[in-house]
Amino acid sequence: MTQSIWRMPRWFHQMGSPKWFYDFGGILQPWFAVAALVLLTWGAVWGLAFAPADYQQGNSFRIMYVHVPAAILSQSIFLGMAVAGAIGLIWKMKVAFMVARSCIAIGATFTALALLTGAIWGKPTWGAYWVWDARLTSTLVLFFLYAGVMALNQAISERQTAGKATAILAIVGTINIPIIKYSVEWWNTLHQSSSFTLTEKPSMPADMYLPLLLTVLGSYCLFALVVLIRTRAQILQTQSGASWLMQHRDITGA
Amino acid sequence: MYFESLDALWNMAGHGPYVWSCYGLFVALLGINVWHARSQQLKALKQAKAFVRRNP
Repeated sequence: MTQSIWRMPRWFHQMGSPKWFYDFGGILQPWFAVAALVLLTWGAVWGLAFAPADYQQGNSFRIMYVHVPAAILSQSIFLGMAVAGAIGLIWKMKVAFMVARSCIAIGATFTALALLTGAIWGKPTWGAYWVWDARLTSTLVLFFLYAGVMALNQAISERQTAGKATAILAIVGTINIPIIKYSVEWWNTLHQSSSFTLTEKPSMPADMYLPLLLTVLGSYCLFALVVLIRTRAQILQTQSGASWLMQHRDITGA
Repeated sequence: MYFESLDALWNMAGHGPYVWSCYGLFVALLGINVWHARSQQLKALKQAKAFVRRNP
């Protein structure tokens, strides 16, 4: 019984094979690039030029179309990094550690973007770039967690050990994610509650939330693209003597 | 378009500097990320090819 719970489907173990991940990632990479470009451009143009202005915030609300995706992705990527790290620890998959490592820089970038665009949005809305508010402070902590994970990953030269240490820090750091998510409910805060959730109908008209949906999806595609590129680069670096790679068409050009 | 002119789109009734700087940061920082990742990938590919040439 216990065994059947832990038996994973075939594709799960295939993902752990550097060759399989390299080839499958190579097929997906251009699709994610096109999807990210199309969705982000479509969402941004719609949000900037065609969506109606907010009745309270005026045009500054258009910052939402870059701020909300950045904030969502900053948390999703941290969770993704922790899950990849946990898979690496439990099933001893090197590729999972590589995926976790690939998440660090792009996750830190989305967190920095959430903080910067939030600060810029705060000025016309609250009259201040920064307030020591629960949502803002917990997001700043998330940025420091990414910085810690990055420093730890780069401080250890042996990749397997670096992968394990990074995974543990990422798993421990996930405690901050529910704190960010529920900060607007647990504490008195200037920050507004979620713009949209998966379970409820958005409170905005379609002309306002559809561009947001596009930029969120586009950001996920861009994240997937960067993770694929970085993981495939790491596979090239670590598998240089492997026979499958020496005969691969990317290397031989045939 | 929601705005009456390109000038109005640029100014956004005084909110233009806030809005456009956010979009500029978004494009610039994510663009740097994709460019850096891609250049690392191309570098790794070059190194792998050089390895194969040295060890035929």
